[in-house]
Amino acid sequence: MIAQLIDGPLWYFSLTVFVLGVLWRLFMILRAGVKKDLAVPRDGSGAGALRAIFSRFVPERTVRRHGKVQLIAGYMFHLGLFALLFLARPHVDFFAERMTGFGWWSMPYWAFIVAAEIAFAGLIMLWLYRLLNPVTRLLSSADDYVGTVLVFLVMLSGCLALAQSVEALRLTHLLLVEMLLIYFPFSSLMHAFTFAFSRGYTGATMGRKGIRA
Amino acid sequence: MSEQFELGVAELGKQIDARISSYFSSCVHCGLCAEACLFYTETGDPRYTPIYKLEPMKKLWRQEHTIRGKLAKALGLSKPLQEKDFADWEELVYDSCTLCGRCSMVCPVGNDITYMISKEREGFSRAGYAPEGLKGATQRALEIGSPMGVTLKTVLATLAHVEKDTGLSVPVDQQGADYMTLFSSMEVVNFPEYIESIARIFDAAGVSWTISSKAFEATNSGIQIGNSDNAAEIVGRVVTAAEELGVKYVISPECGHAYTSIRWAGPNLIGRPYRFKVIHILELLDQLKQEGRIRFSGKTDEPVTFHDPCQIVRRGGVVQPQRDLLNGIAENFVEMTDHGVMNWCCGGGGGVSANERADELRIKAFDRKRKQIEETGVNTVVTACANCRMMLEDGIEENEMETTVIGLTELIADYLVTDAKEQSEVR
Repeated sequence: MIAQLIDGPLWYFSLTVFVLGVLWRLFMILRAGVKKDLAVPRDGSGAGALRAIFSRFVPERTVRRHGKVQLIAGYMFHLGLFALLFLARPHVDFFAERMTGFGWWSMPYWAFIVAAEIAFAGLIMLWLYRLLNPVTRLLSSADDYVGTVLVFLVMLSGCLALAQSVEALRLTHLLLVEMLLIYFPFSSLMHAFTFAFSRGYTGATMGRKGIRA
Repeated sequence: MSEQFELGVAELGKQIDARISSYFSSCVHCGLCAEACLFYTETGDPRYTPIYKLEPMKKLWRQEHTIRGKLAKALGLSKPLQEKDFADWEELVYDSCTLCGRCSMVCPVGNDITYMISKEREGFSRAGYAPEGLKGATQRALEIGSPMGVTLKTVLATLAHVEKDTGLSVPVDQQGADYMTLFSSMEVVNFPEYIESIARIFDAAGVSWTISSKAFEATNSGIQIGNSDNAAEIVGRVVTAAEELGVKYVISPECGHAYTSIRWAGPNLIGRPYRFKVIHILELLDQLKQEGRIRFSGKTDEPVTFHDPCQIVRRGGVVQPQRDLLNGIAENFVEMTDHGVMNWCCGGGGGVSANERADELRIKAFDRKRKQIEETGVNTVVTACANCRMMLEDGIEENEMETTVIGLTELIADYLVTDAKEQSEVR
């Protein structure tokens, strides 16, 4: 009964909340509007926006020098997570079966383990940094910790499920994913989508002034 | 809760546009902006982390622009903004931010934190939470026409001195001139040699220029304090004067924030594009040099470094002209480690220099610039902003450094070939 609920209605419910919630958040951003800039531009805003969306993946010197932990841990976590999410065999099968109708190349088991270790190491480092550094400790809200814990539990249950091949673990993993999907639009995890907007807006403004941002 | 505070909160709410909404949505509290802020790096106080200075605005954004915030507010789980929030944050919003924009360049999600703080100031100033120094400067700008209380009479007296010293005529209210020149009050009062320099350079280059008796002040305290209505009135005077004189260009003086005010913010403040173009004095000088209209008699062999005014470079987009000019008159130009768009602020921009309450903190933050200058091993700092120059000189004196500060336009005037005969010899 619970297994059917997790595998069926709850999955579709959480997915619906996720999709509608994300769309709603993006709508709320766009609805706030931006006034037309009446100053004569020096350069194009479109090119500036596009540049900033990609150039901010490369850290500025100040960050390279003083933000090594966040930088390295951040890349480790995100790259590891994306590898797990999109290239782990069970995920590819899941996407193909329930969403896309087609699959794609998936990682061998050893690569899965490596990706998981990298992602876990990155997440734990970020977590510790958030707790121990005075700046991040001051800035952090409960939301930051809830998001981190949820992602951690999703990754942990996913690894255990794959390693043990036990149905209960697979269901636990799916249940945690569903909780994460429901939580996602209400949290700072939204940065996964909104980063393109924030970088784009800044890049466009800077671009008009002829500044490479 | 006072009526004025409610007006301030309403104003703060109006400032939250799609940009700010996306910025708050994207922030993951990584804290990297702290490393870009000289108030944090020089004090180690986490409260000076740029994004933390936006907590009051974030609180309002959350309650008005997010589902969870709206729900929490409806259920009485989150408190609305209190006067205490503004009182507690006033120092962070005004004293420890020069609007230099360095944090905006390093944020991994691209947040323009400086833009956010300037918008936050709109709410704070409307609520009455702004430093007395800035309030006074804005009042003087509105009533007298200058944040330092410089009157037209003082300007005309300075121009008379310039005419006497140079033997040149300084045109005032010249209808149909190509360029209308603006000054900052600090240039009129503290660095009249800037005015003398441009008189000599423009004479040598044959530039058709004028000064307006109706609008000589380029700075805009309304922008610094965060009051768009006042800022619009101040910039509107320049626009009216320039359009009445029928000039093709308005020249922004060296002063950094004057440039961003008149060049980038102005049209948006008055709600329409100008009928003239705005050019920074450094852009014009570089153009005159490239056109061969000004030539230099030699180069200084004294090693020099350059302090980039944030508003000209990082927020204004004028990066290369000053380098081309300086290389034309200096044999040994040494760049600071972080220069151009990633320069470090002098510590006194964004209205901080007009805020006496912030003096101690500003001097502490100057330590960043001190280290930068000392790293170059150079004793002459060239800059292109009267305010930066004052702040540099102040910091240099406080730190008992053996450093001289000079304005770039003056240095150019020092090496200018002015005599017609000499001009032809150089050719």
